[in-house]
Amino acid sequence: MSVDKDTVRRIARLARLAVPEARLEPLAGELNGIFQWVEMLNEVNVDGVPAMTSVVAQKLKWRKDEVTDGGVADALMQNAPEREDTFFVVPKVVE
Amino acid sequence: MSNSVPLTLAEARDALKARKISSKELTSALVQGIAQSRGLNAFVTETPERALAMAAASDARLAKGEGGALEGLPLAIKDLFCTKGVKTTAGSRILGNFVPPYESTVTQNLWNAGAVMLGKTNLDEFAMGSSNETSAAGPVFNPWRAKNSNANLVPGGSSGGSAAAVAGDLCLAATGTDTGGSIRQPAAVTGIVGIKPTYGRCSRFGIVAFASSLDQAGPMTKTVRDAAILLGSMASVDPKDSTSMDVPVPDYEKQMEGGIKGLRVGIPKEYRIDGVPADIGGLWDKGAAWLKAQGAQIVEVSLPHTKYALPTYYIVAPAECSSNLARYDGVRFGHRTSGSVHDITELYEKSRAEGFGAEVQRRILIGTYVLSAGYYDAYYARAQKLRTLIKRDFDKAFESCDVLLTPTTPGPAFGVGEKTSDPVSMYLNDVFTVTVNLAGLPGLSVPAGLTENGLPLGLQLIGKAFDEGTVLRAGLAIEQAAQFQHKPANWWRAA
Repeated sequence: MSVDKDTVRRIARLARLAVPEARLEPLAGELNGIFQWVEMLNEVNVDGVPAMTSVVAQKLKWRKDEVTDGGVADALMQNAPEREDTFFVVPKVVE
Repeated sequence: MSNSVPLTLAEARDALKARKISSKELTSALVQGIAQSRGLNAFVTETPERALAMAAASDARLAKGEGGALEGLPLAIKDLFCTKGVKTTAGSRILGNFVPPYESTVTQNLWNAGAVMLGKTNLDEFAMGSSNETSAAGPVFNPWRAKNSNANLVPGGSSGGSAAAVAGDLCLAATGTDTGGSIRQPAAVTGIVGIKPTYGRCSRFGIVAFASSLDQAGPMTKTVRDAAILLGSMASVDPKDSTSMDVPVPDYEKQMEGGIKGLRVGIPKEYRIDGVPADIGGLWDKGAAWLKAQGAQIVEVSLPHTKYALPTYYIVAPAECSSNLARYDGVRFGHRTSGSVHDITELYEKSRAEGFGAEVQRRILIGTYVLSAGYYDAYYARAQKLRTLIKRDFDKAFESCDVLLTPTTPGPAFGVGEKTSDPVSMYLNDVFTVTVNLAGLPGLSVPAGLTENGLPLGLQLIGKAFDEGTVLRAGLAIEQAAQFQHKPANWWRAA
């Protein structure tokens, strides 16, 4: 399977990364180098093998569904690149 | 006190307890040593005032005969651990001037035990790399240089700053994190000890996430004993990390004693790969002989899926990284583009393109691709099945042995810029370490010898899940036999 320029443009869009037109072709080359190398996984018969979901045997812990933290809006806003009061400022989203 | 502090963590601990030195003396010497060693670029942020204040508080506790397991001991912290009130960069521009309003559980455990923070160490961007060359703060240089050479070498990665700081005696010990070898590989090529504990042993809360099913924190130290001491304080179950395991943390320093008589040491034959220099194979044989001479029984074992580990990793890790790094949006924290944008999507796209470096972008793209509609089964689902097979190989091997012995890396430290143009050749540095992350097992690297060129090499011990004690015990046996007393020539300190 080979990745072309249009595929890189599409996945860059999905990944929300602005990739300049001139970088699409070289990136396709780099990604193909990596994908050709991982092709070797197709040699292995994985029929009936379960996909790993947890590397150590453990059940996800349960706890009561109750509030354990919060009320820290000021601390959360401290690192905002742009803010007004306790709101994050972004470009207009809805026309 | 001289500004070079060759003390081990255990020696400094005992000297502090006996009141032979004060934490303030120790800390000031290291603070000055760090300031004189900026040529290594090991630290992203130095925190001298905080260090001296913490040292003074420790001295006050020690004077009253109080204090925790690490009281007054100055440590360096990989800049992937969030530290409350101290800028945390993950080696990336995307975090901008991010100052965490919270503390990672591992570092909190260290401060609770009385440790002193010297600063935050450099690393590959988001811990993605094996040479510390992808950092937005620039490359770290290895304190070691080849015989009769002035060429700068890489310290390995991603915990390259921590490795260089320990090897260069800029701290007593440091924290690292390991997703595919990022503690053990830099430890090996800088001549220090590093252990990646079992997945779930240390809490991941507050560690900037790379690949959540693989990431683990661990100590980087001068000796095996120091690794045992530091791991004992780092490890804990934590309600803030649902994957941290609720199992008691043993006294590792005690567990590593007792010798290795009767210990069954497995040698996985698939780790003899083509293209690995003769020094490595020779050292590996020597390691087995050392253990045998101390009463261990050497058995050959097979891990048939070894060669599939790296390609499996380069699907699983980028997939998880692309999801984890989706949080960097230029809105809530971190870098935001100052360019003009028309809509929110463009804000995301530009902020992320400006903030992430080339290797991180490459991995995000790989991850997005393998998780995208139509490709999930061919790549990610298949890789997770391979992971099951790799884990089964280990389960099978551990039926006939208690611990495995392997080389840590396929070679010594290489030159700055030597491997940056070929991602796959860079990835191959982790060929012996990555299997351990995929299987969630503990792995320890111990310095075991020098190449003909005078560069350090390590041997790796791999144990059963939550059996760090046996790994450390076998590591101690290697350490005692190897008698690795070499230190790098001190070329980097400014007068």
